[in-house]
Amino acid sequence: MNTVAMPSVHYLVILPEIILTVAAVGLLIASSLVPGRLRSSVGTGVTVIASACVVVDCVFQWVDISRHGPSTTMAHVIIEDGFSVVAISVLAVSLGLSALVADGWLCRERIEGVELHVLVLASAAGAIMMAQANDLVVIFLGLEIMSIGLYVLAAFDRRSARSGEAAMKYFLLGGFSSAIFVYGIALVYGATGTTQLGQLAGFLSANVLRSQGLLLAGTALLLVGFAFKVAAVPFHVWSPDVYEGSPTPIVGFMAAIVKVGAFAAVLRVLASGLFTQQDGWRPMVFALAALSMLVGAGMATVQRNVKRMLAYSSISHAGFVLLALWAASPRGTAAALYYLATYALLVVGSFAVVTVVSADGHEDLTSYRGLARRRPLLACSFTVLLVAQAGVPFTTGFLAKLGVIESAVEHLGWPGVALGVIAMVATAVSGYFYLRVVVLTYAAPLDASPAAATASTLATSRPRARLAALGSGILVEDTRDGELVDHAEVYGAAPANGETAVPLATAVAIAVCVVPTVVLGVWAGPLVELTTRATMLFHP
Amino acid sequence: MLATARTVPDVLVFIASAAIILGGAVGVVASKNPVHSALNLIATLIGIALAFVEQEANFLAAVQIIVYAGAIVILFLFVIMFLGVDRNESIRLEPLAGQRPLAVGAVAVVTGGLIALMAAGGWYSGATTVIAPTDPSNDVGALGKVIFTTYLFAFEATALLLIIAVVGAVLLARRPPASLDAAQRADDRDVAVGEELT
Repeated sequence: MNTVAMPSVHYLVILPEIILTVAAVGLLIASSLVPGRLRSSVGTGVTVIASACVVVDCVFQWVDISRHGPSTTMAHVIIEDGFSVVAISVLAVSLGLSALVADGWLCRERIEGVELHVLVLASAAGAIMMAQANDLVVIFLGLEIMSIGLYVLAAFDRRSARSGEAAMKYFLLGGFSSAIFVYGIALVYGATGTTQLGQLAGFLSANVLRSQGLLLAGTALLLVGFAFKVAAVPFHVWSPDVYEGSPTPIVGFMAAIVKVGAFAAVLRVLASGLFTQQDGWRPMVFALAALSMLVGAGMATVQRNVKRMLAYSSISHAGFVLLALWAASPRGTAAALYYLATYALLVVGSFAVVTVVSADGHEDLTSYRGLARRRPLLACSFTVLLVAQAGVPFTTGFLAKLGVIESAVEHLGWPGVALGVIAMVATAVSGYFYLRVVVLTYAAPLDASPAAATASTLATSRPRARLAALGSGILVEDTRDGELVDHAEVYGAAPANGETAVPLATAVAIAVCVVPTVVLGVWAGPLVELTTRATMLFHP
Repeated sequence: MLATARTVPDVLVFIASAAIILGGAVGVVASKNPVHSALNLIATLIGIALAFVEQEANFLAAVQIIVYAGAIVILFLFVIMFLGVDRNESIRLEPLAGQRPLAVGAVAVVTGGLIALMAAGGWYSGATTVIAPTDPSNDVGALGKVIFTTYLFAFEATALLLIIAVVGAVLLARRPPASLDAAQRADDRDVAVGEELT
């Protein structure tokens, strides 16, 4: 019997997966050993500590890469480079923050047990696998681990029928998209004889394919699978329903983890493995990016539910990252990484605010009316998060949008310019629906019908009252005449809940999301440099 | 090996297995009775086993029959029986007008396009098997070797996939806490401790 040469394992590189898996399995074992139900705060503590450990591991990996350069391990299926390390740390931070947000929610809903934490830990481990995979098979496994956890998390609120419906939709459509993705892997394998990205790139640069058809079809199917996961138009239909139905703290986690994990993988597959096939995939990415930006921003303007609005805004954000992918340049990759890092914080923070404000189940935009009176600090944080998503200067959101548009316009010729113009239009439109919520937040609580309120506030001329008039004016403006009465009822009835309780853990999470958004927006150097350096260390 | 020596018996076996696979697949979708669907699925899986035999992957063929046709479809049948065989879903109902012809058209376009691309595209002719060419008597060894070398990480990751699937299934199958108020829920929790997720 001949001996088998086991592949070398660089444990530092796969430590993030090990930490998260050990934490998840440890929680499961502990919950079965401890009499009664394990308190959910234990789960939160373990999750936060595990994600902190992953961040520390990322620092060590970064030092390792700076010394020895990027490398692969475990038979070349796992990669260690600057890009993967930054993506992993973003994922770990999103995991920790989401756990803090979920803690407040679990207490409020009186849900004991650690199942939620086990699922988020495993999902995050799947996303990390995607971020550092160098093989289509591993990317698929990571995608499935992440998605299965999220399907269950979407159904986590068992008392809500909407939650179950959201999970069912997500599961069925996600299952289809996974099948399409595997079909794509099979065709790429058929065309090139390998699933490993390094070998794929090597094969394609050394050989000229007699006919592109098979590889092109495989690439298209892979892209469809990814586009579904990141909710790019026209594969976005599931996303508003799932965002609306799922428990709110889960939605923030879902949005951040899926976007970062899937985009890290798609960037590596297209910009590294299939780099030589640019002429084939760039037109497809062009269409996805343009449609996502426009449809996402356009549909967000007509939403009345804050979670649906954020869902469409996240579709629009996916379009912006696709823009950087379309650029297919080191600068584009750096811009995409920067965008993902900032977006993850913004989306987790935004949904954290929604979690506490919509505690009574009112997710209508009108429940934000007068939030500034009730909770000035919370309203201020929400304003920063929304304004940053809109891309206003002195926030990270501005630099992120600037970066991706720059990387696209760098390509001379009409497609780059067209995408740049579309991105500007989408940004302008998104300004409208983000600021609408901000204005509403600072509007005075309304008792009478909006028309009467507008009249009365116009009569007085105090600044705050004017702002209120502006708020209700905007809202009245976009209604048709016949709907006015109906709206009057909705707006009048909204702020029934007296106080909005903000648990300490959630407050910490929101602060961690808000402070870097402003600080790194003004003091832009460090993060921009980090992402640029990370992509310079991109494994070829 | 498949690509090097394509003899007449090979082609005949391939045609037979392809016919069984496709016939079974159509049967799964077309039968009205879910039990018939499950039985048709067995036909498809046996056809796939036949295709494995034809490529001299004897171990995979055996696994295909024992695990898939044997164990998994039987589980399907259990579930179908539990849920009630006679509950026929009315598939005539069409929630969106015209979605059925539209779906048929879209499937035809996509399938036709893929087949055309595959016919036109050049299949890479280097590797005909995932594992290196080996003698058919030792394919278990070759498979084991490849799992613990090239696909070591994927193999370990599958363990995590299974864990999360089990946790998810238990969580979803557990009785929902219904719409109890807080106090009742706390009582219920104490009672339910015994039947918790372990």
